[in-house]
Amino acid sequence: MPQSEAMVRVAGVVKEFGPLRVLHGVTFDVARGQTVAIVGRSGSGKSTLLRCIAGLESIQGGAIEVCGNAVGLPGSANRARLRRDVGMVFQSYNLFPHLTVERNITLALTLVKKQPKTEARKVAAEVLGLVGLMDKIAAYPEQLSGGQQQRVAIARSLALSPQVMLFDEVTSALDPELTAEVLAVMEDLARRGMTMITVTHEMGFARRVADLVVFMHQGQVWEIGPTVELFANPKTAEFTQFIGSEL
Amino acid sequence: MNHLGPNQLIYLVLAAQWTIVLSLIAFAGGAVLGLGLALARVSKIAALRLLASGYIQVIQGTPLLIVLFLSYFGLGIMGYKLVPLVAAGLSLTLYAGAFLGEIWRGCIEAVSKTQWEASDCLGLNRFQQYAYVILPQAVRLAIPPTVGFMVQIVKNTSLASVIGFVELSRAGQIVNNSTFEPFVVFSCVAAIYFALCYPLSLAARALERKSHAAK
Repeated sequence: MPQSEAMVRVAGVVKEFGPLRVLHGVTFDVARGQTVAIVGRSGSGKSTLLRCIAGLESIQGGAIEVCGNAVGLPGSANRARLRRDVGMVFQSYNLFPHLTVERNITLALTLVKKQPKTEARKVAAEVLGLVGLMDKIAAYPEQLSGGQQQRVAIARSLALSPQVMLFDEVTSALDPELTAEVLAVMEDLARRGMTMITVTHEMGFARRVADLVVFMHQGQVWEIGPTVELFANPKTAEFTQFIGSEL
Repeated sequence: MNHLGPNQLIYLVLAAQWTIVLSLIAFAGGAVLGLGLALARVSKIAALRLLASGYIQVIQGTPLLIVLFLSYFGLGIMGYKLVPLVAAGLSLTLYAGAFLGEIWRGCIEAVSKTQWEASDCLGLNRFQQYAYVILPQAVRLAIPPTVGFMVQIVKNTSLASVIGFVELSRAGQIVNNSTFEPFVVFSCVAAIYFALCYPLSLAARALERKSHAAK
């Protein structure tokens, strides 16, 4: 697939919660291998947008395509297909507390991908190696620190070898030290060429790792552009103020 | 006239076995019915939700005694003559199912919504979500209140005495009819009920403490 072809296409997306319109026609494309940081104030609609891309929310207008498959319209038939292509990591980790780290990872491999147990366990060991937690394979989530839980959650998504990974404020619940270990894993993924969309408050991470930055304001894409350019020449007062307050 | 002696006490203890049998029937039947009702209550299908909550409302708003009368005398007059054990087992099952269904619905809904989302994002279908993610967590929450409710079932089996089923309460009446020592006889009956229920209460309380500690 050529580099220019969009992996994720978000076109004029409108999202309403009852009478409240939270996304007013959001449009942008993500190319294969790109790392995109979605930034903005709380309530700007960035998490909602990510949840729409993940297929967790229906949309009331516009279109979302992931790897050529439509997402989010009621009755989307290719939900299973979307699930294969998209991995999602949440702010609250959402590991399954009653299962070991290994079973957290192998569950979907055996149930959804129908892999034999031995093969699934091999994959689990592999992805845990990637996030540096091989020694926690038999632990339960409650025995891990927040940062470790989040790395397991990333490994759990990676195990299904998705085309796109979505990260929803994955370090917001962590202290700076634990944040650093999770961001290190994500930087590593970006370097390996994973297509990633990250909703984040970590401006340092956005500057360092993102190829493209999307600044959301009042449910719209207020500014969008290559990271260096955007931070060097903010065009709007809102973005100027936003990066000013982050420093 | 007889006095309360070893024979009468043995008779009471033997009858208590039927109290246990009836409790087990009610619990087993109620568990199957209750699970179905709980799942129907949280179903995506509105008709199922309505049906289940309607059933639960009706049973919870009807005295168990009347349900017993209906299933023993009511069905009897319509030609479906049930033996007292079956009629009592059926009534208690209907009763326990409604309450367990409501208790368990609460436990299923108490599992965080994010567990649904996480398992959805991993591609699990709804059945797999229930079987591998939601219900195992709901069961842990459900154990303390469920054991607590078993105490209610044991005590409510005494109502089966009114349709002539000889369990512990009915046996107490029979012994009293021959000894005429109601205070002594029914104290013994009460003591046996207490011996059955107290361990369950203790277990419920211990399990509750344990599940709080685990959080």
